[in-house]
Amino acid sequence: MPEAFPNNPLQDKKILTVALAGNPNSGKTTVFNALTKMRQKVGNYSGVTVEKKLGRIIYEDHREINVLDLPGTYSLDVRSPDEKVARDVLFGQMKDTPRPDIVVCVVDATNLDRNLYLFSQIKDLGLPVIIFLNMMDEVKEQGKNIDVQALSHVLHVPVIAGVANQEKGIEELKSLISTDVAPADRRLWRMPEQVESRIEELMILLWREEGLAKSDTFSEAIILLSKDDKTLKEILRGRQKVYECVRAIQNDLTEWGINWRSVAIESRYDWISKSLKGVFQEKSGARQITATDRIDAVVTHKIGGWMIFLGLMALMFYCIFTISVYPMDAIDSFFSSVSGVVKNVMPAGDLRDLITGGVIAGVGGVVIFLPQILILFLFIGLLQDTGYMARAAFIMDRLMRGAGLHGKSFIPMLSSFACAIPGVMAARTIESPKDRLTTILVAPLMSCSARLPVYTIIIAVLLPGALAWQKAGLMLGLYWVGIFGAFVMAMIFKKTLLRSETPVFIMELPPYRLPLFKDVMMHMWERAVIFLKRAGTVIFVLSIILWGLMTYPKHDHLSSSEALKQSIAGQAGLLLEPVIKPLGYDWRIGIGLIGSFAAREVFVSTMSIVFNIESEGEDDHLREAFAKAAWPDGRALFTPLTCISLMLFYVFAMQCISTVAVVRRETNSWRWPLFQIVYMTTLAYLVSLAVYQGGLLLGFH
Amino acid sequence: MSKIPLSQLVVGQKGIVEEVLEHGFLSQRLLEMGIIRGTPIEIIRFAPMGDPIDIKIRGYHLSLRRDEALGIIVSLSDQ
Repeated sequence: MPEAFPNNPLQDKKILTVALAGNPNSGKTTVFNALTKMRQKVGNYSGVTVEKKLGRIIYEDHREINVLDLPGTYSLDVRSPDEKVARDVLFGQMKDTPRPDIVVCVVDATNLDRNLYLFSQIKDLGLPVIIFLNMMDEVKEQGKNIDVQALSHVLHVPVIAGVANQEKGIEELKSLISTDVAPADRRLWRMPEQVESRIEELMILLWREEGLAKSDTFSEAIILLSKDDKTLKEILRGRQKVYECVRAIQNDLTEWGINWRSVAIESRYDWISKSLKGVFQEKSGARQITATDRIDAVVTHKIGGWMIFLGLMALMFYCIFTISVYPMDAIDSFFSSVSGVVKNVMPAGDLRDLITGGVIAGVGGVVIFLPQILILFLFIGLLQDTGYMARAAFIMDRLMRGAGLHGKSFIPMLSSFACAIPGVMAARTIESPKDRLTTILVAPLMSCSARLPVYTIIIAVLLPGALAWQKAGLMLGLYWVGIFGAFVMAMIFKKTLLRSETPVFIMELPPYRLPLFKDVMMHMWERAVIFLKRAGTVIFVLSIILWGLMTYPKHDHLSSSEALKQSIAGQAGLLLEPVIKPLGYDWRIGIGLIGSFAAREVFVSTMSIVFNIESEGEDDHLREAFAKAAWPDGRALFTPLTCISLMLFYVFAMQCISTVAVVRRETNSWRWPLFQIVYMTTLAYLVSLAVYQGGLLLGFH
Repeated sequence: MSKIPLSQLVVGQKGIVEEVLEHGFLSQRLLEMGIIRGTPIEIIRFAPMGDPIDIKIRGYHLSLRRDEALGIIVSLSDQ
């Protein structure tokens, strides 16, 4: 029998796992894209919605290597859920994800000190590490020089200098990954001797008593050392021995005049500064004015900054609502023709109705928003990759703070205008749990694109002969009502449920860089896949359920609108009527509302069935039907007041199963999504009630 | 040598970090971002509404709120 080499991961495993780690803005994702090309997939880490980006390198000799793109982080002492994933994977504590065999640390060469901080934390874990020194072109442009060999020598790891967005150094990195990288377990930096000897006690305790791998004990110990009493009590609940040991060390350090909060961080930076002497040469002289400085002078200018910001936002929404019309029409006619084909091919019956009226209409109604979502993510990708997004947050922070939010809440809120799902997920970059939760709770109040068809049809009924700009103005008004509501609610949450002591806003302002077309496209592609998956799963199932509720029990002899009245959904609508009558709605609108709790856009298709509109998606027919609709006593149903009340209900109500599911996953409990449903729906009800009843009192109708 | 909070510096003024006052997890992250004793720090600009602040440290730009800058004590060379 041939001898195995159990200790050499490179020989006993066919597929290796390489993790890419690095600071945000270090170009990590560009390296990932360059390494793996299109061989990527985006999934989720189990239990959290942090995206797991996995790719593969295939070599000429058919060997395969898995590459994992970890979320960007500044430190392994983590603050946000995103960063926690990076830490857990590197510590080998992530379920379903093997501990990486090699870590490639992507380092922004223009920002060596701070990038090497994370590197040195990873190095402490004893994993084999390679440094990819990115953005070397910018270093040269700035008239600086890095001695790569000397750097490799002082850091005891292979260093590859490259420029990821020109694919420089990528081949070299690929071949280095495939050969041999020795693990090195020797820590390169030291704290003052008395601290070292005390920390060793804690390491032994963690190893012997708690069974932590020996190589991880140091990293764990210094993280614990820096924590204050309150945090320690939280994370060390039920680990009394460790707690006492940490507190004893902290007390000793305080007695010796050493700050236990900063000693490890300062020692590490000291080591980095010493190591870089002789490696890094900078031409001395006057401070250079970089391109970034010049752009920032304009972009964050008191007046110019706002004009650019508002201009960009206006341009983005203009594109979302105009350019998208053509592909949306195409998608619409595609689904109609599929539906037509099915009608021709299949014999009439329940199954055919299920496929055309349930599945195709339901899924088609969601897929139609894909163009808008793609355009939104094109903009977000461009704004993020150029570095502008950080400036937008910089400008907006003061305003957002008025509501107890902060600059980083800006991206989630902006994304929510397309769809609350990416919005809720984007809140992951917010470190403070309470700020993050507040953002998640109010994000769905931003008018998403699923509300658009609802607004459009009601506005058409409300203002039949109005000009396009008048309709657009009313639409814009609804958006502002949602934004205003979000600010007020955020303010209320921050003052009551989610009061937190310190709002924290520490954010890097990265240099402006030209975005890589490829990376932006990849980003859009990922979004499209995620969105379509949702349409293919959640919406698919819901469409079938909803169709069933509106179809059964069957009454073939009745007209379709009469049959609908007898269906489960129709009966539910009737049951609901007393509750919604004060808002100006009858049972038929009630059915629309019930359908909308799955997804708002379902309102339009449900209404088409309720009012017996044969050809789906023809708004004009539906508008006429709405205009004619009346209460049993002959009064018009869709009065101006009812229209306004209904639109406001759609602005505020939580009507999206997919968002509920995502909030449930993001907050890891049912508590918050349920609370969100209750508060938003109550808010919607109260606002619509106040407007309708108030309007009646004032003599409107 | 005078020691003042970073938030009291004017645009373009440079100082040396003396101390980051204890402020929960905030001070920890400031330290990790390289704002430690002995590091030169400079105020680059204020946001259009006067807050937050764009500072330069270790060759990169960081955005902080005035409240957060209040806890960073810097020394100014008296020239």
